[in-house]
Amino acid sequence: MLKQVIDRAIAEETALDERDLYDLNLGPSHPAMHGIFENRVKLDGERIIKCEAHIGYCHRSFEKLSEHYSYNQVNTITDRMNYVSSMANNIGWVIAAEKLLGIEVPKMVQYVRVIMFEINRIIDHMICNGILGVDAGAYTGFLYFMEHREFAYRIFEKMVGARLTTNFCRVGGLDRPLYPDFKEDVLEWIKPIPAVLKEFNLLLTRNRIFIERCRDVSAISGERALEYGFSGPNLRAAGVNYDLRKNRPYSSYEDFDFEIPLGGNGDVYDRYMVRMEEMNQSLRIIEQAAKNMPEGPWHADVPEIFLPEKKDVYSNMEAMIYHFKIIMHGICPPEGEVYQAVEAPNGELGFFCVSDGGPNPYRLHFRSPCMYYYQGIEELLHNSLIADAVLTISSMNAIAGELER
Amino acid sequence: MDQKRKDPFKKYDLTLMERLYFPAIMKGMGVTLSHFFKKPVTIQYPEQKPEVSHRWRGRHVLKRDEFGRERCVGCQMCELACPADAITIQAGEVPKERRHLHTTERYAITYEIDMLRCIYCGLCEEACPEAAIFLTPYYEFVEDSRDKLIYTKEKLTEKTGGPIFYKD
Ligand code: SF4
Ligand code: SF4
Repeated sequence: MLKQVIDRAIAEETALDERDLYDLNLGPSHPAMHGIFENRVKLDGERIIKCEAHIGYCHRSFEKLSEHYSYNQVNTITDRMNYVSSMANNIGWVIAAEKLLGIEVPKMVQYVRVIMFEINRIIDHMICNGILGVDAGAYTGFLYFMEHREFAYRIFEKMVGARLTTNFCRVGGLDRPLYPDFKEDVLEWIKPIPAVLKEFNLLLTRNRIFIERCRDVSAISGERALEYGFSGPNLRAAGVNYDLRKNRPYSSYEDFDFEIPLGGNGDVYDRYMVRMEEMNQSLRIIEQAAKNMPEGPWHADVPEIFLPEKKDVYSNMEAMIYHFKIIMHGICPPEGEVYQAVEAPNGELGFFCVSDGGPNPYRLHFRSPCMYYYQGIEELLHNSLIADAVLTISSMNAIAGELER
Repeated sequence: MDQKRKDPFKKYDLTLMERLYFPAIMKGMGVTLSHFFKKPVTIQYPEQKPEVSHRWRGRHVLKRDEFGRERCVGCQMCELACPADAITIQAGEVPKERRHLHTTERYAITYEIDMLRCIYCGLCEEACPEAAIFLTPYYEFVEDSRDKLIYTKEKLTEKTGGPIFYKD
């Protein structure tokens, strides 16, 4: 049915007169857009003839700002990029900074980071798939997911004291020691998730209307996706087996046993399914990491980089000097540059940092995955229906905060 | 879209029963209905308060020590560490007659935190070498004007002192 519509559209396209087309601003603040995305579409009836995706509507100059921030202060900026999974950004940044400084953090810290990262992946996918349902007209599943996202936020709250802008981790370790029941809380949290996913499957994945809305909508081939620079679930949905957790393990991901779900068509349905499968895999990782978590210090032994414990600062001269030095002069990595990418929930989140030996990054570039998805939107939306455009954009999991930084 | 559909998620294909749709919609309704009888997870906010953890990063407090003296020495480390430039401090020497109110001879003459600029990151707490500033689990500070949200030293300093405490 859809195919016929599109075929007819392509046949008609040459005959179209520009004046017959209808201009529509899909965004910047459009109820169907999740975040501030600016799209100008030219419509012929319900069919999109041309889409212009504009990037930069809410640019907040994070990269420039971070040139004036110390390495730990940059952490507060990364919170605000992908606010759905802020801890993943925090962790990505500190790993990049640690690579620049050449610090090896203890195993325990790496495991805790993996746990937090995967919790973030689950809640990010929950939100993405839930919202996809909302866009397709199914609100209920989203609300059931929100409940468990809330429980995850309680863990964050106990851990760092904030829910959304977490500011988790410092360069060289965690930001504070684990709270006593951390492991139990995490294991408790993952317990009901399989049932919740099953319920969600019943509501949405096994729903004929939803499937027919999603299948073969805005498909992209693996090669084309690679050309655009897609990464993460969107690339894997197109059948390309590329996951940084496997291909370039960081933070002890090589210790865990998990699989990478792959799609084949790169359409909305496959992206959705890849995310659903990834949640199951993330649960496996969390369980392994929580059960095998080694004991150990909560930060690396780097007194000139990591703030000493408060107790020592008040009493111990040496700790006090380090404390003053770190705050006043900042952390000064050696001259050089580093690129570190992590597999953030929505794709490859990279940090390219150039240091001139000073306390601030000389230049910092965030490779945000959404940026690359959004380039592809124009092609994906070409000749699709306006109702599918909404689904396509939300299935891309583009986050405005990260797209425009 | 012309090429044949590859199906890695074949095992999820719908059964005939599900494709008939009516039984499936009943099943979906069943899920929703089962939630109908569960205990609601939402809370009625202003009447019912959520419990926040003791690590919560909320309103700041300037501590006093056991003798009721101000701990803050006006070293401006927190100002330096603040990524949002929310803190403004004017430091100075303690006048002789007020010497018993301060731990050292330096103090903050004015100490202001712009609660609207603050991003509640907790870096000031980490930076303070005197255990003077802490973020507390208090989160309800709504005012009807922006001026009232610039908290001065009088507002921030706690009324009574206490022993030093280390926040874990
Ligand atoms: S919490 Fe962060 S933003 Fe707020 S005053 Fe302290 S350092 Fe500044
Ligand atoms: S609050 Fe702490 S860091 Fe800030 S000026 Fe006072 S003593 Fe210094």
